[in-house]
Amino acid sequence: MVENNNTKISAKDVDVFYSEKQALNKISMDIKEKEVTALIGPSGCGKSTFLRCINRMNDLIEICKVTGSIKVDNEEIISSSTDVVSLRSKIGMVFQKPNPFPKSIFDNVAYGPSIHGLADTKSDLENIVITSLKKAGLYNEVKDRLNEPGTSLSGGQQQRLCIARAIAVNPEIILMDEPCSALDPIATAIIEELIDELRLNYTIIIVTHSMQQAARVSQKTCFFHLGELIESGETNKIFTNPDNTKTQDYITGRFG
Amino acid sequence: MFFWSIVLILIGIYSSYIFGKSRIKKLVYSTNLKPKSQYNYHAQYVLSWCLLPALIVYFSWAIFEEQIIQNLILDSFEYVEGAAYDDGLLLAEIRNVANNIDFSDGKSQEIINAAAQYKSLKLTSQISFYISIIIIMVLGSLYAVRKINIQFNAQDTIEKYIKYLLIFCSSIAVLTTIGIIFSLIFESFRFFSQVSLFEFLFSTEWYPFIPIREGQAAAEGSFGAVPIFAGTFLVMIVAMCVAAPIGLLTAIYLSEYASQKVRKTVKPLLEILAGIPTIVYGFFAFVTVAPFVKSFGQSIGIDASPTSALAAGLVMGVMIIPFISSLSDDVINSVPQSLREGSLGIGANKAETIKKVILPAALPGIVGAFLLAISRAIGETMIVVVAAGTAANLTANPFENVTTVTVQIVVALIGDQEFDNPRTLSAFALGLVLFVITLSLNVLALRIVKKYRERYE
Amino acid sequence: MNSIVAQERIIALRKKRSAQDLRFKYYGFIAMCLALAVLVFLLYSIFSRGFSAFQKTTILLEINYDQEILKLTPDSTDQEIEKGKFFKVKKNALNNVFENLSKSDAKLIKKLFSTNIDKEIKNYYIDNPSVLNTTQKLWVTAHSNVDQMLKGNSRRDVPEDRRKLNDIQLSFIDQLVEEDRIQKEFNNFFFTRADSRHPEIAGIAGSFMGSLLTLFVVFILSFPIAIGASVYLEEFAPKNKLTELIEVNISNLAAVPSIVFGLLGLGVLLNVFGFPRSTPLVGGTVLALMTLPTIIIACRASLKAVPPSIKEGALAIGATKSQAVFHHVVPLALPGTLTGTIIGLAQALGETAPLIMIGMVAFIPNIPTGITEPSASLPVQIFLWVESAERGFQEKSAAAIMIILLFLFMMNALAVYLRNRFEKKW
Repeated sequence: MVENNNTKISAKDVDVFYSEKQALNKISMDIKEKEVTALIGPSGCGKSTFLRCINRMNDLIEICKVTGSIKVDNEEIISSSTDVVSLRSKIGMVFQKPNPFPKSIFDNVAYGPSIHGLADTKSDLENIVITSLKKAGLYNEVKDRLNEPGTSLSGGQQQRLCIARAIAVNPEIILMDEPCSALDPIATAIIEELIDELRLNYTIIIVTHSMQQAARVSQKTCFFHLGELIESGETNKIFTNPDNTKTQDYITGRFG
Repeated sequence: MFFWSIVLILIGIYSSYIFGKSRIKKLVYSTNLKPKSQYNYHAQYVLSWCLLPALIVYFSWAIFEEQIIQNLILDSFEYVEGAAYDDGLLLAEIRNVANNIDFSDGKSQEIINAAAQYKSLKLTSQISFYISIIIIMVLGSLYAVRKINIQFNAQDTIEKYIKYLLIFCSSIAVLTTIGIIFSLIFESFRFFSQVSLFEFLFSTEWYPFIPIREGQAAAEGSFGAVPIFAGTFLVMIVAMCVAAPIGLLTAIYLSEYASQKVRKTVKPLLEILAGIPTIVYGFFAFVTVAPFVKSFGQSIGIDASPTSALAAGLVMGVMIIPFISSLSDDVINSVPQSLREGSLGIGANKAETIKKVILPAALPGIVGAFLLAISRAIGETMIVVVAAGTAANLTANPFENVTTVTVQIVVALIGDQEFDNPRTLSAFALGLVLFVITLSLNVLALRIVKKYRERYE
Repeated sequence: MNSIVAQERIIALRKKRSAQDLRFKYYGFIAMCLALAVLVFLLYSIFSRGFSAFQKTTILLEINYDQEILKLTPDSTDQEIEKGKFFKVKKNALNNVFENLSKSDAKLIKKLFSTNIDKEIKNYYIDNPSVLNTTQKLWVTAHSNVDQMLKGNSRRDVPEDRRKLNDIQLSFIDQLVEEDRIQKEFNNFFFTRADSRHPEIAGIAGSFMGSLLTLFVVFILSFPIAIGASVYLEEFAPKNKLTELIEVNISNLAAVPSIVFGLLGLGVLLNVFGFPRSTPLVGGTVLALMTLPTIIIACRASLKAVPPSIKEGALAIGATKSQAVFHHVVPLALPGTLTGTIIGLAQALGETAPLIMIGMVAFIPNIPTGITEPSASLPVQIFLWVESAERGFQEKSAAAIMIILLFLFMMNALAVYLRNRFEKKW
């Protein structure tokens, strides 16, 4: 494995409140470029909340208030002057439940590039769509039916379509919020393989409730509990020799 | 003017779009920098700065042109000594002559002169309209183009404009309410400057057409609205006597007894009843029910008039049956199942459960439904216009002719409207009363229903 | 012993209670049947009155298109034909309906025919100029009184002075019937003509067109505004006092009596903004304001039904809020919003009172062609005919009601179809 030390995302003292309730408490961490970082922890521990801070999806929740600092490529994103739209085009996101648009497979992938003006001609657009689908490992399965609705695909294919959709806008980071929780084991295995390939080009942060999955796909792992970051580090270390007893307990299945 | 202004505006927005797009492209080409927003947004920005001023010009012209021209014409009209003039008729005549609808022979010289003036004013107005709309579109586009540069975040700006547009759309409802209140209060104020509020609310004489008192400022009649309120109340009571039991019992039967199949067929049928236009009920009341009521009255020895409170009330009751039944149905359905089970569980039968447990629990909701129905009955117009009569008659006998608030509004406005005459203005005073009463009933009912809902949530 | 008495009492009470139970159930059942029976009776009383309006009575008339009398030649221009003496031809024809008519009888005969027959005689000539100098047998429209008598809508067994037709006229009619010179045919006038003072030639084409134009205005105004308003309230509006005010306002506006909207139209649109009176433009604007709350409520419901994951998906790849909403949420909510709009339009189609306020109640004898021309609307036309003293108008109003109910039915069916066909369950 090639070691690199380029920090892509750096969070410092991130607090998140839902109305009065504090969901995250002073989270600080650095995320390295072109690695898979897994966020694990029992449900309700705030790992998804933290993920959604990175592309400011928490803005959608009116009562949600975020303080602290998150820097992406050394640029502050927790600020009212941040251009959320361009931030989100730089950070793709894949959701828990596959959510393809009720449009054709082609339009699903083409939507992002077309709103961002990434393609000047129709053939450019086609190229982007095909490359994205290939990168998401879906092209061979759907190449003959690009005009069929995206919702007609199977669950695993839908999720890969969503990954292709995210890739199509040329992001540098991909956030995955429990991407396999709605999928069967075979589809999960395919996605995990895909994540491993995507790592070469993208910085990936994946929230998962499955420790096996975290162990399989990630290089770094962060363990959240009750809104706090308990421990983070090399995946191997976390799973074999954690420093914190809470992490130890969770990993060995004593709670969660 | 309509067609050509649309064409002009379309050309304007098209060219401004192209203009904006080429401008930003040129900038990108010359500076070789990546613009902050895409070309389209810059183009849309220029477009909106072209369109909005054009629309403002267009609508101000549409609204004010005719009135300004009319005032100018009337100002310079050579009135002939001793002749009586009516501004409205005069203007209509001038316009007809100007548009050659009426041949100008036989018209007096001053009319023909005024028509010529009207024509030339109209022409001037149209020419200046086209010129100003072109100028304003060019100016708007130029202003917007000057603001375009690589750093300009056109996307954000467009986003903001869209938001303003949406806010405008939602404020239409508020503007409507303000418009209603404004027009009702303004005209009522004029009414009450001629007729005393005390007379309106407490006198029992409503003769808007006959001058009965000498020396009265309006010299037009008397405006005591008590018989009208009484008539409205009487019709409403008759209607509720029909609708309340039938509607409520139907709702109980449908929600507690009927099988799924019956419910599925009966509910849409009742919705048909709710969807029938009120004028159709009016026809039914006038042609079928009123003669029946009359002959029924005669058979029991009461001299019924051909239109009566009873006929109108009965039909109005039918109209609000579906209203009451569907609202009560909702209310009864929201009574928690546990209450039913509790009562049935100790051996009460269905009727007892309904009467002793469900209805008391649902009472506030049902009261709310009744209040809404009453508000609907009071505001209903066409049935009473056709079937209740127009003469104000203070009576409690449902076989007699009565009149209602809505009927008097229609009667006051259906003929000639003169806005300096209390007869016409009385419609607005009555409208204000109607508005206030229905609104308060509604607010009250919604509040009761809401409280009730909260109890079971 | 006591226990047996108690037992019996309990049994008796139980019987009484179950009888009560049954009775209560029957009350409910009777109430429901009553409501449905009224519906049936209402429809019956309209349909039974209205059907006859789809037929008109015509009488066979022998018309001699005599060159001399008409003062026309085969080469006459259109203008000359327009001024031809067709009324003289008509007079001759009327005098010869029966042989040897006295002058007073001829006058009575004349009253059996519609005033429209001058035009019918002329139009026949315009369509067939070759009939000059021939005698033609033409079916011409009978007077409404004859029409009503033959349809059985007015009775002949009442005293003569309470009838529109006297005994002599009745005997004429009988004779015409006997000789097969009087018939009923399809009433094309009802569908092709506007209102008229004469029931036999009055039709709904004018008011129908007026309703159509009005609905057009309602749709153009209310659909985009309702979508804009509901998108704002559902997707953009911050939760604050102003938003709350707008929401309360909309729900209260939905309960304002329609006649008050008429006063708004009169007081503000006509008197302040100077909209043209009696036109579909102002009528449509008033009705649009009136139906707006209904449509907004329906639109909001269908916007709410679109799962938020779709919007999130769009936002996550960097769509702006309005792109996410207008590219994804609104198209998915469209069937629902259309359904709501159609229901709002149906409500507007049946509305009468506000249109009376803004002067759409005027007598308009021609068919409007634009939204700024004075016109009537179908429900107002019904109102005018119901109020009219002439007996012949009663069947017309019933028939017009049948037409309006047909359209309401079709609109609602369309709404239901759209809902079932396109609305997705997520």
